This record gives sequence, structure tokens and C-alpha cells, in this order.
Amino acid sequence: MHGLFVMYRKELEDHFSSTRFILLLTVILMVSLVTTYMVGTGLRKELEGFAKPSLVFLLLFTSTGALFSLAQFIAFFGPLIGMILGFDAISRERASRTLSKLLSQPIYRDAVINGKFLAGLTIISLMLLSIVLLISGMGLWVLGVVPGWEEVGRLAVYLVISIVYIGFWLAVSILCSILFRGLATSALASLALWIFLAFFMALGASLAADVFSPIPPGRSSDPETILNHEQTRETVASFSPITLYSQAATTILDPTRNTTRSLILMGPMERLSLSRFQNPLPLLQSTLIVMPYLISLVAVTVVCFAICYAFFMRQEVRST
Amino acid sequence: MDTIIHTQDLTKRYGSQTAVDRLNLEVARGEIFGFLGPNGAGKTTTFLMLLGLSEPTSGSARVCGFDPTREALKVKRVVGYLPENVGFYDDMTAVDNLRFVAHLNGIRDGALAGKIDAVLDRVGLLAEARKRVGAYSRGMRQRLGIAEVLMKEPQVVFLDEPTIGLDPDGTQKMLEMVRLLSRERGITVFFSSHQLDQVQRICDRVGIMLQGHLVGVGSMDDLAKRKLGVDQAQYSLEEIYMKYFQEGVAAATETTGQAGR
Repeated sequence: MHGLFVMYRKELEDHFSSTRFILLLTVILMVSLVTTYMVGTGLRKELEGFAKPSLVFLLLFTSTGALFSLAQFIAFFGPLIGMILGFDAISRERASRTLSKLLSQPIYRDAVINGKFLAGLTIISLMLLSIVLLISGMGLWVLGVVPGWEEVGRLAVYLVISIVYIGFWLAVSILCSILFRGLATSALASLALWIFLAFFMALGASLAADVFSPIPPGRSSDPETILNHEQTRETVASFSPITLYSQAATTILDPTRNTTRSLILMGPMERLSLSRFQNPLPLLQSTLIVMPYLISLVAVTVVCFAICYAFFMRQEVRST
Repeated sequence: MDTIIHTQDLTKRYGSQTAVDRLNLEVARGEIFGFLGPNGAGKTTTFLMLLGLSEPTSGSARVCGFDPTREALKVKRVVGYLPENVGFYDDMTAVDNLRFVAHLNGIRDGALAGKIDAVLDRVGLLAEARKRVGAYSRGMRQRLGIAEVLMKEPQVVFLDEPTIGLDPDGTQKMLEMVRLLSRERGITVFFSSHQLDQVQRICDRVGIMLQGHLVGVGSMDDLAKRKLGVDQAQYSLEEIYMKYFQEGVAAATETTGQAGR
């Protein structure tokens, strides 16, 4: 415990004094503020003359202005934050020959990676928290709408999901820095995994759906076939943490979505009920929908960390 | 003899290659033990196994009564290790580097400032204490490494090639420091080196490693008598070492020759 605390404190100090952290924070803050301002002014124009719609505050995060919404930005840029913070965690120690010294001190080996991970996670939490608070503050000013408890609650859940998600990428990049000796190799490896999951997983998912539950040429309107096809696609896609995160984040930020399914087969009755009950879901219900995704994300992170342990505990440590 | 390091048939294999082969070694408390051998003879591997940083393939070891494999933490608490080419956090000052290591060793903040100054003074770095370590010369880094080891107040120190790459003056200072470490504080010093004349000057006993085997161990006089047949005075460690080395190489070619047949 003691070694963990010392490592954690040192890593935190390192992060705060590093140029990398300052650059990262500047970039994120800049993008966030500009986007919020644009989205905010756009929203104000659109809403002119309307009575206050419910949960308008969340629109700050989800509506796309000229470029992209903030939620999209964090979904895209979050993995990079995790990777930038973690890609040199162990390989830097190795390169500066401090690893063998560190491990010859009376601390457990896992204290080293745990300390690094926790410090990274703290930095991520601080960054996200400050962004969300800043945006909210700016939203108050631009929109002139005070968020209700419901909205605050949703933002809090969104924050937790995002922290876990970026934490996953931090774990991935720490794993890469354990596995690969070179700094550049470890950075590229985690980047490669990200590219694979972000761009090719969706492709792979539809491919898998075509293979395992194909839609035969003549039956493209058969509901059961389509449903099967979609289910296979979603199952495969949800192996990717990126899918998990984007589903969870959009569901929690958009209260009118009451399922994470992208395809709902609708007959006349369903259509009627949907149009009649097109009301926002209460926070608790949204949280319930999101929960499995959050748990899966935590699980993937834990798995990643378990692999880290397995390799790091057995790794030979030589000074040269 | 009060034994502080003891190994029994300690063996380490990497794949088909044997780095250390059935090493049986005893080091007494308070002595300076020199570990000699060409590059790749298995000296560093032995250090790592004794520290619990590397797991032996077979055999066992005891350091200060602890098993390095099972009680690694206890061993690390009483052993100071100075690796070859010791690394520091270059963007931190010497004091900060030492403070970090002290914290890892559970030394409390209260006594720390005085202690750090004392060890830095001991190795002659007090004037440069607030400089970034990145700006240090090789000799200074090596001395800072010694300071770090001293701060732990260990019972045993492992020094892996402490004089490599130092200029004659630096070497001289380093050896003097090693000797004082042992004489003043009763610390057992276990160190490896290529520079035989220095080993001869400060070591109580030496062990010679060749290709993973400990081929000779004892005081300089013992080894001289055994190998050169001379009584005293007129020998150097270099001669003894070369004798062992040539025999070792001859034996190795013989065995490979047999294997070829």
C-alpha cells in the first residue's frame, strides 16, 4: 500500500509538470469552448420563441454545431488522451534504466503499474470534470437555462462512463508499454488497436452478420431474418469498447432514446405507442439501460489489466 | 564464519543456454567479495537472482537469512543494489531522486532532509545537490548511485561493475568509497568488475566466473598458490585470472569437440 501511494504521488507530480499534460489540456479546452459557444448560440437561435423544452441543457453536449458535438469529440479524442498519458509508462522507465532500480526497492511490483494507472486515471477524471463544468458554466451564460437535477444526474453518469472508457485506453497503452520495448513501438501498437476497433470493427461486424445469419435474396422483407441479422451484427460490434461507449453515452445524454437498439421493427401498434409515449425516460431508467454497457467497459479494462499483471510480474528486468 | 549470502546449486537457464550453472557460493558478513569474469559469464544474472528480480531455474539462495524468490521484499529491504549504468530521473534534482527512493523505502520525511545531505556529503556531491541529474557526468551519477545505496542503510550491497567507464581519478574515489563502506559501517560488499588490479587492491576474497561456472573462489593468496604454485609477493590477480581463463577456454573447446564427435 505504501509503495503504491509513493508511486502514485510521484506519477501525479510528473503529469502535472509535464509539457504533454499542459498541451493536452489546452487543446481539449480550446476545442470544447469553441464548440460549446457555436452550439450554444445555434441553439439559442433555434429555440427563440419556444417555451422552454425539457432537458434543453443536454443538447449542448449532443447537438452537432458546425463541426461535431462535444460527445462525439470526447468519444473520438478520449482514446488518444488515454494513450498519450500511458504509452510510455513502463518503457520510459526501461529506457532511462530506472526500472531495475525501482524494482530493487522494497515495494511490490504491482505497486508500480497500479500507481501509474491510478495517477493517469486521476488526471483523466480531473480533465473531464473540468471540461464538463466549464461547458456547463458557459452553457448557463449562452443559453440562459439552468439545468435541473435530472440533467445534472445525467451529466454525472456520462462523466463516469467517459472516465471508465478513457481509463480502458489508458490500460491498453500501459499494457503496450509493458509488452514492447521501444517508446514508438508501444505508441503505435495502441494506436493500431484503436484504429482497428474504430474503423474495422463495424466492417467486421456486418461481415460476421452476413456470414452467420445471411439475408437470402428473396426474403429481404422478412422481419425475423432481418432481426437475426441485426442481432448478430450488434453482438459482434459490442465486443468493441468503442461501440459500448458510444451506445452508452448517447443513451444517457439523450433521454428520448429508450433503447440502445438501432433497429426497431415497428408494426402499426408499435408506431402508435411510440408516437404517443414519445416522452423522455427518467434518469433511473436510462441508467438501467446503460448499466450493462458500463459494466462491460469495466470488465474489458479489468481484463486488460490482468494481462498487464501477468506479463509484468514475470518479465525479466535487466539493467542493460 | 557468519555467512550472509549463501547459494546452493543456483542455476538459471534461458532456453537452451545456461547463464549460471550450479553456483555454490558463500560470502561472509563484513567482507568485500570481488566477482570476476568476462562479459556474459553470468555475474549480473547472479545478482538479479539474489535480489529476487529473476527467478532461478533450480537451486536455492539465502541472503541475510531470506529466500530471495519467496521473500523478495524482505531481501530488498536489507540489500542495496547499484546496477551497471544506474538510471535516474533526469529531469529531477539529485535531492528529489534520493527523496523518492527514500520514500519507496518507507523512510519518513522528518529525518530525511538531514539524511540526504549527509549521504550526498559523503560521496562529495553536496555542492551539486540541487542540479538536475541530467546534467551530471558519468562519475557523478555513479557516486549518486552509491549515495542512494547508502541512504537505505543496507546490510549488503551489490555493486555491478561500479567502476566501468570512470576515469582513473573517479575509479580511485569509487574504490575508496567502497572500502570505507565496508570498514566503517561493516556493510558486506559484493561487487563485480573487470578491472583486476583494483579488485586486488580492495577485495578480501574473489570468485572467478567463466561461462556460468564458478571456477575458483578464495583469497588471492589461496588462488595464487593453487594456480601458479608461487608462495607470495610476486603475483598479480591478472596472472591468476588469465590462467583460469585459458583453462576454461581449453575445457570449453574440448567439450564442444567431444560433442561434435
